[in-house]
Amino acid sequence: MAIENNYFLLSFVLLPLAALFLTLLTHRSRELRMSQPAFAAVALQFALTVGFVGYWAQQGFPKINVQELALYESDSYKFLVDFYFDRVTAVYMLVGSFITMLILRFSKYYMHLESGYKRFFATVLFFFAGYNVTVMAGNFETLFLGWEMIGISSFLLIAFYRERYLPVRNAVKVFSVYRIGDVGILMAMWASHHLWHENISFLKLQNYELVHEHLMAHSWVGIFISVALLVAALVKSAQFPFSYWLPRAMEGPTPSSAIFYGSLSVHFGVFLLLRTSPFWEQQLSVRILIGLLGALTALIAFFITRVQSTVKTQIAYASITQIGIMFIEVALGWESLALFHFAGNAFLRTYQLLTSPSMVSYKIRDQFYHFAPRRRSGQGWLGKLENSLYMLSLREWNLEWLVNRAIFNPFKTFGHKLDFLTPANVLRVFLPAYMIGVVAFLYRHLLPEQLLHALPLVFTAMGLLLVFKAFSEKEHPSMALLSVLMNHFWVVLAVSFNEAVDQSHFLFYLSGVVPAAALGLYCLKMLKREEPKWYGLHHYYGNAVDHPQLSWVFFVAILGLMGFPITPSFVGEDLIFSHIHSDQYALAFMSASGFVVSGIALVRIYARLFLGVNAKRTVGTCLRSA
Amino acid sequence: MNATKKVVAELMFDEHEVIHQLKHYLPSQNPLKDFVHHNTLHAFQHLKFHEGIQQASETFGYQVYLPLQDFRRLYAEGRISAAVLDRVAVERKGQATLADWRHRLLEKDYDTTGAQRVGKLRPLWKEYYHVNMDKEVHPTLFRLLGAYLDQGVATHAFPVQADSFLGSVRALERHSFQGIFSSKQVKELLFDERVTISQLLKVLLWDERLFEQYLFDQQFAHPGWSGMASVLEDNPVSLLDQRPMSLSDLIFVELLLEIDVLTSKLDGAWEPLGRRFEGQLPPVISKPQERELFEVYRIWQEAYEWTYYDQVLLGMQQAAGKRQAPEAPSFQAIMCIDDRICSIRRYVEQGDPACQTFGTAGFFSVPFFFQPEQGKFYTKSCPAPMTPKYLVREREARLRHEKVSHFSDHAHGFFSGWLAAQTVGLWSAVQMVKNIFVPSESKFMVSSFRHMDAHGKLDFVCEHGDMQADGLQYGFTYEEMAQMAQTLLGSIGLVERFAPLVYVVGHGASSINNTHYAGYECGACSGRPGSVNARVTAQMLNMPQVRALLAEKGIMIPEQTRFLAALHDTTRDEIEYYDEEQLGGAHAALHTEKKRVFVRALEQNAKERARRFQLTDHKQDAEQVHKEVKKRSMSLFEPRPEWNHATNALCLVGRRENNKALFLDRRAFLNSYDYAIDPNGDYLLGILNAAAPVCGGINLEYYFSKVDNGRLGAGSKLPHNVMGLIGVANGMDGDLRTGLPKQMLDIHDPIRLMLTVEHFPEVVLDTIQRNPGTYEWFANEWVNLLVIHPIDKTLYRFQDGAFHAYEPLLDKLPVVRDVDAFIEESRENLPVSLID
Repeated sequence: MAIENNYFLLSFVLLPLAALFLTLLTHRSRELRMSQPAFAAVALQFALTVGFVGYWAQQGFPKINVQELALYESDSYKFLVDFYFDRVTAVYMLVGSFITMLILRFSKYYMHLESGYKRFFATVLFFFAGYNVTVMAGNFETLFLGWEMIGISSFLLIAFYRERYLPVRNAVKVFSVYRIGDVGILMAMWASHHLWHENISFLKLQNYELVHEHLMAHSWVGIFISVALLVAALVKSAQFPFSYWLPRAMEGPTPSSAIFYGSLSVHFGVFLLLRTSPFWEQQLSVRILIGLLGALTALIAFFITRVQSTVKTQIAYASITQIGIMFIEVALGWESLALFHFAGNAFLRTYQLLTSPSMVSYKIRDQFYHFAPRRRSGQGWLGKLENSLYMLSLREWNLEWLVNRAIFNPFKTFGHKLDFLTPANVLRVFLPAYMIGVVAFLYRHLLPEQLLHALPLVFTAMGLLLVFKAFSEKEHPSMALLSVLMNHFWVVLAVSFNEAVDQSHFLFYLSGVVPAAALGLYCLKMLKREEPKWYGLHHYYGNAVDHPQLSWVFFVAILGLMGFPITPSFVGEDLIFSHIHSDQYALAFMSASGFVVSGIALVRIYARLFLGVNAKRTVGTCLRSA
Repeated sequence: MNATKKVVAELMFDEHEVIHQLKHYLPSQNPLKDFVHHNTLHAFQHLKFHEGIQQASETFGYQVYLPLQDFRRLYAEGRISAAVLDRVAVERKGQATLADWRHRLLEKDYDTTGAQRVGKLRPLWKEYYHVNMDKEVHPTLFRLLGAYLDQGVATHAFPVQADSFLGSVRALERHSFQGIFSSKQVKELLFDERVTISQLLKVLLWDERLFEQYLFDQQFAHPGWSGMASVLEDNPVSLLDQRPMSLSDLIFVELLLEIDVLTSKLDGAWEPLGRRFEGQLPPVISKPQERELFEVYRIWQEAYEWTYYDQVLLGMQQAAGKRQAPEAPSFQAIMCIDDRICSIRRYVEQGDPACQTFGTAGFFSVPFFFQPEQGKFYTKSCPAPMTPKYLVREREARLRHEKVSHFSDHAHGFFSGWLAAQTVGLWSAVQMVKNIFVPSESKFMVSSFRHMDAHGKLDFVCEHGDMQADGLQYGFTYEEMAQMAQTLLGSIGLVERFAPLVYVVGHGASSINNTHYAGYECGACSGRPGSVNARVTAQMLNMPQVRALLAEKGIMIPEQTRFLAALHDTTRDEIEYYDEEQLGGAHAALHTEKKRVFVRALEQNAKERARRFQLTDHKQDAEQVHKEVKKRSMSLFEPRPEWNHATNALCLVGRRENNKALFLDRRAFLNSYDYAIDPNGDYLLGILNAAAPVCGGINLEYYFSKVDNGRLGAGSKLPHNVMGLIGVANGMDGDLRTGLPKQMLDIHDPIRLMLTVEHFPEVVLDTIQRNPGTYEWFANEWVNLLVIHPIDKTLYRFQDGAFHAYEPLLDKLPVVRDVDAFIEESRENLPVSLID
């Protein structure tokens, strides 16, 4: 049985990837050559899923765990791709493959003659592969792998109309919020690594006694992990205070909005909670927190829904309201209801989005035959209250302002402290500083104990500061890129102090980011030579129009540099984290933040240089507001 | 206050004049339900075409021709003829410089990135103070406007309504704890009803010389919303749920928002732009300079157009006289001028060579408002610029609207949404599978046949002239009907040889998931199906009282002639007949027989259309193709239910027999007209008064949406989001998008309309000069006018106010023996050909 499961589950990831591969090899004008295999692969997968679920049900719904492969193995550390299948997986797989199949069939016609046909199908398939990895993940590492794939495909689909300003700006915005959630996942991974002393599999979390015993011993760690997971869930499911990203993500072609933000992607927060529920359900305080945040979101989103005058944002907030209620259901432990609710909400919102253009003729006709004047608010203080609620909701309860103020503005403030750095002088400042660090490392046995504790923190802080610099850099793209690279080095230096770390771990880690950075810098040099006037970070320059290949190569480079799972650095990232001690919260938090913010900074560089309205042209471009 | 007033009075800045200017240049597109085609750049129509669009380009940054490389590619592909290109170049530049101009046209590199005058001043806020005005102000402004104008998306409507937008904003600000504006100074400015736009500009700019430029910059940063405000100001009835709106209110609120941003972001540390800006700004609107690049564009454009026109003109000469009008027609059909009807007429004639078809504007010269039974409003059934005095009401009709639970407000509720997700939600999964794998009729599609109930009754006879409501007369008097009938029959030349059965066929369209549905219906009926007009026309022409009055005017309709109304759905290629049961014995039999002609013609027409639908196999049997074409109209995933007016390029005014033998590939508006009964051009004037703006408007909207889909068109419709049921935008905070979406234009060739008239040039010249509005279209070459001499078939081109003889360059056209095989040959434009 184990072997069969193994093949089945692996095929669920490989099928979409195979179709993706075919798509990438096909010329962009051969529409059917791309859409037909894509549909066939996902339809087959849906059939297989139905079959497998039937077979699995016959077996009496066992919880299946299969270890697929070890991406990295050393004495002290293993990175396993691990798959897991239970009720939650089954429902998410069924709904996911069903909706994706419909959307692909829909898009075969809908996207006809659209210039990004190939990009669209490739991205949806990539997303679907990531979706499957996530819902079948058997441990945090695997889950994070899928999580990252979803984040990037999300960015690509929101910025699908890359020659316009708003989709690109919103794609960067949504990606940034997504990354905040990733800090949560990274922290949870790190802490649970120390809690269990292994890469715990979700199957093991089902063991009540085991979990109970560990939690009794480390109750604060338990809360820490739960809260970290909750943050990730809040972000992904657009719950308070992150709700504002969902309506802004509705920039791509309608079917992509339907699949991502109407149905699948947005329910990942609920998934994450369900998946990890054996862990947090023993902690009452966490359950109360989940329930309260869900209720708060549902209430706020309900009021915001009511004032939306555009169809897609209305659907977005209505969906957020329901997901808030799902959070309450999950907190109450009503797993089956939450799963049922998820499926219903996903279908309903997908259908509403797909038919949203019909709203015009339908509602106008409805009004034509059944017109009744709209209700206005009354006089007196009650009316005033109602008006206030209306205005507050129209402003989306200032949620975006709140998040910016709490999270993103401080990044900028810190970053601007390094404004004196330029590509010309940065090495002169940081090379010596780094050399001092290296020397300190070499002679660490001579250093006092307190300093040994403080130095790693100082070095990580240096790295983080550089990442903030990259995030807020206005002039020099290469400066921003270099700052991100240097952060990786600072982190390595900081971790080195911890123990006798196997040097090969560092090499493994840096083997991905260094070549990626080199490639990225080379691309920047090329672009600067070609487009000296349209180069920088002040505006969106839209250079992808004239340099599509360069844009693509640079994108791959930044993916490598941000530790995306295409280079060894992805595993290295986790590896480095495993070396951060369980009491080094600050160090872990700063490293995780550095990792996450550098992703934002890199995507920002890419977007500013290559996406948006082409700055060179006036005629033939769109207005910013378009 | 008086002091301020005095200062304002002395200024060169005239607030009303500038707002008037802005309204003139902003897009004038109605809310979606009243979408009608019009010349996108109508504001420049007082200039010659090429000069006007160059000015538009230099002022607003529009792309106004195809990109240079596209012209060169068309030339390389042979779609622009070398001979024509040379001829145009010589005509414009002289023989001596031909070689030089050839080089410029074909090889020389030009900087085609363009420039614009609007948008030079306002971005200085960012330069001076790091304030990105668009970013700060647009979201709030758009959301406020969207919420205020919303027609029924939001479940919580805008909570206050005063007698204006500004008044409502004031009332809301005053009566709410959470305000729109944050600074105290701005609130004072808002509440002080004496404050003017000029005073606000003074706060922001100080220097009056900058005011005009600033307002242009500001309003053309979101032409969609501003245009909508301006349209609603002039045409408030376009909203069923009315909202008083004006452009100046929008500007006022936007200026306040800007001051608010500066005050709150910069904490008072700013001064008006005019204090810092020392540059000179040229006038916003000024005459364009001669530029070589534009001359290159012009030559290309003319060569592109004349490559096609030349074929058509030769064809018209050669086809004239090849067919004769039947002596005793088996039946006749009066159909719409619409270019989509061009091919169906050909197939009807092919199916019964003894029949005769006519084309005219599809309201059949009967203008009125229509009120369906249960309808709470009136809807206009005639060309948009007309304002009818009549009301036609429907009774004994079924309600043609069913509720859909997915669109119910409950789906967006808290508990009701929870319930909906568990119930309707799961049902959606079934619906989706059904809609995606087996598309079928659904409650939320738009069907032309639902406009009027075929089994209901129409009240359109006005027995007493004093029956009135809302200033409209209930129906028409017999005298009025006879007058309208005379106009209709006289203008199409049907005054004798009436067949026993005359069909009056209106048209409409069906689609689903189509926000621009109104644009697919009959343009001559204000974006509604022509069923009511067809039915009223047929019924009135059957009335003995009307026929008696017509006889007095010299039009004798034989007693055995019956008129029968029908509606042709151009998307589905289906037809519905009205009042068939009133046909007696012989007529009923004849109708049963002729129906078969229509059935076959519709199938063939569907097949011909399908050759342009790339995902449909058009080589199958016509019946099978027809099935697939029908399925398209019901498919949620089909952004192109039909091609609508794409590829339109011609308008032929003349006798059908002279162009019957010409294959025009659905690219022509065909208006029947017999010069012989209209020696003074009186009927012709009526035809041109409608055809120039309607066909020219359609043509130019397609032209501009195609060449600049980003600014003059609506872009791809795939990401569109419906805003308040009045317009579409991209995403959440986008500006309203005007013009046509890309999906309506893929196969369109942007060339101007060529309108040809069969008459004597001197009569035509005299006729067109009688209406300055119509004359402008031709004189300024926004529509190319040609005349074909009815007797010797000489062609005359109208240029610079006079007719000049035109000799086609081509001397031979392809001859088609089998149209059915011919249309299978290619999915591209087919060459103009003679049908053997």
